[in-house]
Amino acid sequence: MQKVREVKRKKPEAAPANGDLTAEFKIGLLRRMMEIRAFEDKVFELLGRNILQGASHVYAGQEAVAVGACSAITDRDYVTSTHRGHGHCLALGADLKLMMAELCGKATGYCKGRGGSMHIADVSKRNLGATGIVGGNIPVGTGAGLACKLQNKDSVVLCFFGDGASNEGTFHESLNMAGKWVLPVVYICENNLYGMSVAFSRACAIGDVCARAAGYAMPGLKVDGQKVLEVRAAVLEAAERARQGKGPTLIEAMTYRYRGHSRSDPRVYRTKEEEAYWHDRDPIVLFKADLVNEGVLTEEAFAALQGEVDKAIAAAEKFAVEESPYPNPSEVMDDVYVGWVEGPKGLVRIEEKKG
Amino acid sequence: MPVIMYREAIRDALAEEMRRDPRVFVMGEDVAIYGGAYSATQGLVQEFGETRVRDTAISEMAITGAAVGAAMAGMRPVAEIMYVDFMTLAMDQFVNQAAKNRYMFGGKTTVPMVLRTEGGAGRCIAAHHSQSLEAWFVHAPGIFVVMPATPYDAKGLLKTCIRDDNPILFIEHKMLYNNKGEVPSEEYLIPLGKAAVRREGDDVTIASYSRMALRAEEAGKKLAEEGISAEVIDLRCLKPLDIDCILDSVKKTGRLVLASEAYKDGNFVCDVAMKVMESAFDYLDAPIERVCAANCPVPMSPVLEDEAIPRTDKIVAAARRTLGKA
Repeated sequence: MQKVREVKRKKPEAAPANGDLTAEFKIGLLRRMMEIRAFEDKVFELLGRNILQGASHVYAGQEAVAVGACSAITDRDYVTSTHRGHGHCLALGADLKLMMAELCGKATGYCKGRGGSMHIADVSKRNLGATGIVGGNIPVGTGAGLACKLQNKDSVVLCFFGDGASNEGTFHESLNMAGKWVLPVVYICENNLYGMSVAFSRACAIGDVCARAAGYAMPGLKVDGQKVLEVRAAVLEAAERARQGKGPTLIEAMTYRYRGHSRSDPRVYRTKEEEAYWHDRDPIVLFKADLVNEGVLTEEAFAALQGEVDKAIAAAEKFAVEESPYPNPSEVMDDVYVGWVEGPKGLVRIEEKKG
Repeated sequence: MPVIMYREAIRDALAEEMRRDPRVFVMGEDVAIYGGAYSATQGLVQEFGETRVRDTAISEMAITGAAVGAAMAGMRPVAEIMYVDFMTLAMDQFVNQAAKNRYMFGGKTTVPMVLRTEGGAGRCIAAHHSQSLEAWFVHAPGIFVVMPATPYDAKGLLKTCIRDDNPILFIEHKMLYNNKGEVPSEEYLIPLGKAAVRREGDDVTIASYSRMALRAEEAGKKLAEEGISAEVIDLRCLKPLDIDCILDSVKKTGRLVLASEAYKDGNFVCDVAMKVMESAFDYLDAPIERVCAANCPVPMSPVLEDEAIPRTDKIVAAARRTLGKA
């Protein structure tokens, strides 16, 4: 009889409370945000130069949400991401080189070049993946929460989605399921005000996503998604609640994407004033100022940090664009199935093909 | 050998796998207290409790997607969608998430889930509860489609599906649940991708699956009375497909009739015909015949329903045509 996979170790340590954070940890958070920003700026540049193909929905502006939230969980927890998923993957500690290689469709990428921007995942970091379908992963995150509960683990799931996804049917069905079954899922709605071009206020019958939590018997709260520690504190509390068996929480993080929905978006649906307002509330600038005020960071140290980040991004670009090969076309049919592969007449068992 | 009903075979397969592997659990609409709309999960909640046999809300997307997430996080869910017609509501979760996650994520994850559903006509319940939609799922890379016709196959194949690491759509047939058949009391598994030759013959091959496989067998008997020797094949799995079984038979008979309860246009058997043409064209002595449902929504009236769905006599007539007999 097989056993349910049990984690045999002493009770794992929880992520530290905000009040207990070391200077090193805080600078680590800042660096993660800077890496995501620099990565996304590079992605946008490479898209413009046609070095990077396909669609990339970049995360610039929203860094505090992914970094704050992912810093509040441990390596026994799961994450499901969105179609704007680079930030979540990087916030979980993904390697910049392997990320960039994946976006470039290279064999060395996290998904061997099969997923690209919209299907980026580092499954080893318990990232169950990004999705090209808006709201597509809300049921999947809910199911991962069900697995944690059935396995009697104290693991939790961070289920990211956008304001646009909150109007999908998956949102309703999943949050109802999680509320009824008291599942350990933290639903994090990144409200960046627009679903592609349509303002949330033009698309949604009510003003706040978090208000919908009442319909699913779970707490709903709104946080400033530009403040990394505020996001972190809310997710820490929600995750702890979930670990204690008290069920899911819906967190709405107010944020803004700097770029258009995708490369071809001229952003005619929003004003320069609005964009300026949000740039003044840049998550990196805000957190940097906090750290300088606390005496944890100097301008010189920040400049040095920026230099390190820029170097890492340049190395990632070099690795992905120059050093990494494309996948071998002969691998196109690999991993469609477990144990079976396409032969001349259809699927055959892999051992038969080899034998 | 014990004789049990198709629905009991399903239930026994679920119960045995749940006893064997604590990662297996069942969820869906009315699967617990009610025991399943077609009684295929009866008694499971009494043995395994409500943690492992879970009544859900009427939420096909969440049922299917939760199975995807649970599978990726280490469980082996068997989720039920009450009618294959309702798979329209679960389509994205199954076809975009379950089917593609392994490939998209570079082969680094598996989605070992079974989605049990049932389809087919015969109960006068009309266009939203009588369809055969398997072709949609055969079309999508990354999932398997299994459609057993007998209690023996239902049990042996379901157990195999639960142990398999691929996402699988297991489509039962609503008119088969009370059918009885011999099922061994000792454990057995049926490998995926193996068709069953129900009747050997030399003149014409009839290949089918699910309820139509039983009608193909009937047709084989009737043809025998006329002196026509039909070889009858039950495909059992649409994907992976045992194309070699069909090809071997066609190479012997030179004639092929394909029977399916699904709409004629875009039918899965059209693809089978294409595969036969690609690999055995020179062996064919007559055009391939297909016997499929009419290209209309399945009607309610018993007279119309009977007209829309392939009957045994239509399969017999198609076989005769391949032999030049009216």
